[in-house]
Amino acid sequence: MVIEQVSVFVENKKGSLKDILGILADGGVDLRAISIADTSDFGILRMIVPEPDATLELFRSRGVTASKTQVTGCKLHDEPGALHKVLSTLCDADISVEYIYAFLTRSAGDAYVILRVEDNAAARDVLQRAGHSLISQDDILTL
Amino acid sequence: MWQPEIEAMGRDALRYLQEDRFRQVWAHIWDDAPVQRGLLRDAGAERGDAPSLDGISKLPFTDKKAFTEHYPFGLFAVPREKVIRLHSTSGTTNKPSMGGYTVSDMQNWKDLIARICAAAGVTGGDTAQVAFGYGMFTGGFGLHQGLEQMGVTILPMSSGQTEKQLMMMRDIGPTVLVSTPSYALYLSEAVREAGIKGEIKLRVGLFGGEGHTPEMAAKIEENLGITATSNYGLCELGGPGLSGECLERKGLHIAEDHYYCEIIDSETGEVLPEGETGELVVTSLTREALPLIRYRTKDITRLTYEPCACGRTHARMAPVIGRSDDMLIIRGVNVFPSQIESVLIRQEHIGPHYMLVVRREGVTDTLEVQVELVDGSVLESFPMLEQIQGSIREQIRNILGLTVKVTLVAPQSVERFMGKARRVKDERGK
Ligand SMILES: [Zn+2]
Repeated sequence: MVIEQVSVFVENKKGSLKDILGILADGGVDLRAISIADTSDFGILRMIVPEPDATLELFRSRGVTASKTQVTGCKLHDEPGALHKVLSTLCDADISVEYIYAFLTRSAGDAYVILRVEDNAAARDVLQRAGHSLISQDDILTL
Repeated sequence: MWQPEIEAMGRDALRYLQEDRFRQVWAHIWDDAPVQRGLLRDAGAERGDAPSLDGISKLPFTDKKAFTEHYPFGLFAVPREKVIRLHSTSGTTNKPSMGGYTVSDMQNWKDLIARICAAAGVTGGDTAQVAFGYGMFTGGFGLHQGLEQMGVTILPMSSGQTEKQLMMMRDIGPTVLVSTPSYALYLSEAVREAGIKGEIKLRVGLFGGEGHTPEMAAKIEENLGITATSNYGLCELGGPGLSGECLERKGLHIAEDHYYCEIIDSETGEVLPEGETGELVVTSLTREALPLIRYRTKDITRLTYEPCACGRTHARMAPVIGRSDDMLIIRGVNVFPSQIESVLIRQEHIGPHYMLVVRREGVTDTLEVQVELVDGSVLESFPMLEQIQGSIREQIRNILGLTVKVTLVAPQSVERFMGKARRVKDERGK
């Protein structure tokens, strides 16, 4: 039930985000989810893609600083309070979330969140026991 | 010691010798060196008022410009047939400085090289791999001849052909490596990658021709298992041998019987008191082919006349921290790119290239240090990235007493240079 996220370093200057997305476009990479966090100096662009290893290699071959991390993906019912339930479950288990981002897909009625936690295995365990459904890398291919 | 009677002579006797030789240089210049003589005359000096070294600060400086203007032989003070060797600096855009040697200059040079080699612990039983370029550069032939004079076995490899250098290291077992520090670092990385540190016998490195940071020396020492020593000289003043480190490694002993040194404020030209940091100015005391009075080296260092534990009495200069041309003054603080480089070279996760940008914001000067983030493993959290910035900022503040802005930039985005890097963009006054 592991999902691999690709992170890249983005300079905070005009055109750098566009250049990064240009690399993805050239490589024919289909973005499933994307999130950017930035300070006044730089940003980190995080993304979920169908083939994280190939995407990582693509970035590195173009001289972009990039890395790959494991994250937890969770499927939500597209209704008010759904995300609150997920976070409450983690909070009750004393698992803190470093960052979170959501994405929608073609299948109506469902939403997904990507959760970055210290201990993915523990997070998956409590989420599953509380009845939440998790998504895997294989699911990413079909979403 | 190669010449203990000179290298360990009392300071009073040394001063007497310097004064005596300075009077000879004075006469030689007035008799035989039209350009240098003209400089003295323009400054109002007369042959009759031969000054003592105490009064040398009244005399005008000589600088590299004189070499360019009077290229190639204008500064020579002997007939051409007395010159037995020419060497030059590497300049190609500007005319290089042409250096020359008489028979006597050549003998002195050999002794000066033998002194710095002996000070670094080299003896006649050693084998030296000379990986300095042989050619117009003073380093290759200079070290070669001095080592030969000591009876050292020489492997005249010149620079380059790293594979072959490594092969010789293993097959012949040289104990001494002569090189620029940057090539030594490169060779040492090759030795580490080949995993042959245990098969080589190198014991000591003699590094010169360019400056290096202590961090760079430590890296070379670790990779090769040697003691790294540094030596100094300028083509204009006769090449390497002007000064070199003893095994105490607390400064480079200057051959004071051949060179009289001063430290000046490079802005005002005023002589600075002992121990203060400024530009090194050198007067040659024995050179026949090219006598120079108060030559401005543009190299920034400081001098100490304190006794050294090795027994040599000659003054020591600190390793050169930069060139006066490269010095930046930011909020009243003197900053050399090499000082910032010494922080960056130790920092993990970033690449070796950097750019310094100086700006004026209102009435305040600011310095931005741009470094390339090359390690993706730190992308997981902002705190890690901020920690890299903070650590660089803090270390620079400790060294310079100056708060700078550290910017992480993408790999390959800092400009690359063929040859001499220009790592400073001064946008003040634009
Ligand atoms: Zn000493």
